Amino acid sequence: MIKFLLEKEFKQILRNSFLPRMIIAMPLMMMLVFPWAANQEIKNLRLSVVDNDHSTYSERLIQKIAASGYFNLTDVSVSNNEAMRSIETDRADIILEIQPDFEKNLIKEGTANVMILANAVNGMKGGLGTSYLSVILQDYAVEIRNEWKQAPEMAILPVINIVPQNRFNPHLDYKVFMVPAIMVTMLTLLCGFLPALNIVGEKEIGTIEQMNVTPVNKLTFILAKLIPYWIVGFLALSLCLTLAATVYGLIPVGRLTTLYLFASLYILVVSGFGLVVSNYSNTMQQAMFVMFFFIMIFILMSGLFTPISSMPQWAQNITAFNPLKYFIQVMRMVYLKGSGIADLTTQMVALCCFALFFNGWAVLSYRKSS
Amino acid sequence: MKEPVIYTENLTKKFGAFTAVDNISFSVDKGEIFGFLGANGAGKTTAMRMLCGLSHPTSGKGSVAGYDILKESEKVKKNIGYMSQKFSLYEDLKVWENIRLFGGIYGMESKRIASKTDEILDELGFLAERNTLVRELPLGWKQKLAFSVSIFHEPKVVFLDEPTGGVDPVTRRQFWELIYAATDRGITAFVTTHYMDEAEYCNRVSIMVDGKIEALDTPKNLKLQFEADSMDEVFQQLARKATRKGD
Amino acid sequence: MKQFLSFVKKEFFHIFRDTRTMMIILGIPIIQMLLFGFAITTEVRNVQVAVFDPSKDISTERIINQLDASNYFHIVQMLNNPDEISTIFKKDHNINLVVVFDEKFNENLLHTGEASIQLIADATDPNQATTLSGYATSIINSYQQELLQEYKIPIQIKPEVKMLYNPQIKSAYNFVPGVMGLIFMLICAMMTSISIVREKETGTMEILLASPMKPFYIIVAKAIPYFAISIVNLTTILLLSVYVLKVPVTGSFYSLIGISLLFIMVALSLGIFISTVAQTQVAAMLVSGMGMILPVMILSGMIFPIESMPVILQWVSDIIPAKWYISAVRKLMIQGLGITAVYRELVVLLGMLVFLVFVSLKNFKTRLN
Repeated sequence: MIKFLLEKEFKQILRNSFLPRMIIAMPLMMMLVFPWAANQEIKNLRLSVVDNDHSTYSERLIQKIAASGYFNLTDVSVSNNEAMRSIETDRADIILEIQPDFEKNLIKEGTANVMILANAVNGMKGGLGTSYLSVILQDYAVEIRNEWKQAPEMAILPVINIVPQNRFNPHLDYKVFMVPAIMVTMLTLLCGFLPALNIVGEKEIGTIEQMNVTPVNKLTFILAKLIPYWIVGFLALSLCLTLAATVYGLIPVGRLTTLYLFASLYILVVSGFGLVVSNYSNTMQQAMFVMFFFIMIFILMSGLFTPISSMPQWAQNITAFNPLKYFIQVMRMVYLKGSGIADLTTQMVALCCFALFFNGWAVLSYRKSS
Repeated sequence: MKEPVIYTENLTKKFGAFTAVDNISFSVDKGEIFGFLGANGAGKTTAMRMLCGLSHPTSGKGSVAGYDILKESEKVKKNIGYMSQKFSLYEDLKVWENIRLFGGIYGMESKRIASKTDEILDELGFLAERNTLVRELPLGWKQKLAFSVSIFHEPKVVFLDEPTGGVDPVTRRQFWELIYAATDRGITAFVTTHYMDEAEYCNRVSIMVDGKIEALDTPKNLKLQFEADSMDEVFQQLARKATRKGD
Repeated sequence: MKQFLSFVKKEFFHIFRDTRTMMIILGIPIIQMLLFGFAITTEVRNVQVAVFDPSKDISTERIINQLDASNYFHIVQMLNNPDEISTIFKKDHNINLVVVFDEKFNENLLHTGEASIQLIADATDPNQATTLSGYATSIINSYQQELLQEYKIPIQIKPEVKMLYNPQIKSAYNFVPGVMGLIFMLICAMMTSISIVREKETGTMEILLASPMKPFYIIVAKAIPYFAISIVNLTTILLLSVYVLKVPVTGSFYSLIGISLLFIMVALSLGIFISTVAQTQVAAMLVSGMGMILPVMILSGMIFPIESMPVILQWVSDIIPAKWYISAVRKLMIQGLGITAVYRELVVLLGMLVFLVFVSLKNFKTRLN
């Protein structure tokens, strides 16, 4: 019997005027646009320098900053007020004020003060900007110190040599971080919203009643709704994987089979969730809003672009019930670190539970009679 | 005694404080065309939905095709056909695809479906429309097709909820010929309708007012009983008693 | 006028009847504000750290203690051999940093003057990696400073850092304006377009158009309830922001309200515009969902800084009304600037409003004829 129902679902999807287009367009758009836009990489910070010293050392410092590549030196202001104006009018993100006796203090006293003022409305931008700038200042001090080091009385200074190493994403490319997670978001939207709108759609048109007077059992009916989106999800995912490889040169370090295995589980989870919402909704508008509401929370609390470990404990506890979180972890770990199934048992168990829970609920909450 | 195909006893459906169907009892025999009349809001559709297993009765009992509508509703569903006032074929599927879908749902073999599809399309004169999307058919054609689909699996009973709403008299006449052909084969037809002339085509007619069955007999006897010339007059006399507002 | 009012009343009734949707409309701002205020943060805190320390001497012990004592790090595991370093990242996504000390760390430090620490960061999230390496470096440096107390080191530059507008670096300061932009877009544009298209789809629009009321007023009457709901939401957001999230309105309160009302009207006219173009509810939903909500979330600067985007996307972001609104709210609310600072945003939004009203009226008229 399910054969006939599946035939129907596929024909309806293919014959729809925008569904097939959307199934292709959405992964394309999300994969081609989002990684560029959804980028928290802080670059091209605009720096305004107020040089109150006008000395050789202060000018050398400015040149060093300009050469660092982290900052766009927008202007060298004459006064502190003028620099503040450029922050207020959004022409600069950060100000470096070099005090009047910078060179003199540095050489005579051994220490000189500078002032860093950062626009911290976006806290991360302000934070990273000041820390980049501080590093450059440190380096500059060491540079000068080395020039003066000839002095023999400075025997052995205990110096800790810090060697930072960035694993898995050595070029610190934000796109590498986002691309695997964007695939998850795409699958969530596609395989969550479409099934949710599907059953409500049949309710609104009235064809569902015709199904309800037939002997089709609930499980068969739900399966016939699930399987097409499962396949749609697979196609969309494959498209994404291809785009990731060709456009971003991102090839999973781990096995493709691991990715597909987890994806097949995950699609079941979101489609099941969509069907549950659809069972409880009377109109498409309602289904859409309920889906939007939950998926928004799922996405925000998934660690997609903010670290989960920074959340307060209560919020971290809530994320235990967020299927997106697990699949994003899986995608990033398989893609970048090459984790295998054995490393991902927690996620596997969690996703299995979600799949059973939502689909079981979908079957139980689908009512053939009132 | 022959067992009736549809049988109800004190069947009642309440929605909160509102009693949509109030203690109705009747029975329908095999091969009969049973007309189920009533003003809008009288409770016809609710009663029919209970018989089809779409709605649980609040109290009372009933059976359709020999199965209890409370306990064996899925078995009931195997043995009935249903066509509702809301047109219920898939508009985005072709004619043959709709037939195949519903045939398949009732467990028919693909081969059997294919051969029977030809027969039915031939009878309806729709052979040329085999590959047409249902949405492109005129309303009258859609309804004839929907009826044929609802009896495609040879059910014991077919429920027709205002099947001829909005079509012209000629098509309505053709539609009733299809019903006669089906009942000749032993299928029982349970029809709700607005059109009083159609009531005359039924073997027996029941008239519902405010959730209760106020009259039940052959059209001829009803006219005698109410001293009326037409079913329309009978209906008007009864409907005047209604206190419930239609929708 | 009386007729118009009764019509508006009917629209209100219509919306309030769907309690589920209503609860979501009023609930979304609350949930979003609370999530962005308390749960979601771009700050780096409580990062789980593993340590490989073959020396186990006084210096390494003190550095480890200082790392663990900070708010940023939480040392959860001591590794026993260097092979575990690469496997631990694969197994445990929670561990984001491994600190590796040299052998004979203290001895080297005191005698040769040089000892190394490797900071191996999981750079899957590049910002987190950069930030946490930076924090670890400064903690280690301060330990080094302690050691250097005895020696007098020449040549130091001491930066004094001042975080403007947001001294505690709370993420909420950045997110609140974004949430405002998103909510109004969602409620005004999306809801309005769907509700008008639904009337078209079910055919009730024809009946309304046949009534003696002017079509223009019919549309206005449909928009009024959403305008009212938006004002309720604006109030909720501002109250939550000031009293719960402690993000104050530092600039002119009235300018903020003024520009918010302007933006709400832009969003409403956008919704009406979509409704004149879309034929079906699904189309209206998809146009507003895919064409507005996603771009607002991604391209408006709500979460992701616009200046990090490629130039083409920066241009695209210019046609998104929410971008201008969010930028204006940041200036007025967070930076405490006056209305003069947002003239540009004001002019752009006004222009968009005029354009949208003009185009929808034109569309609406041609459809009627």
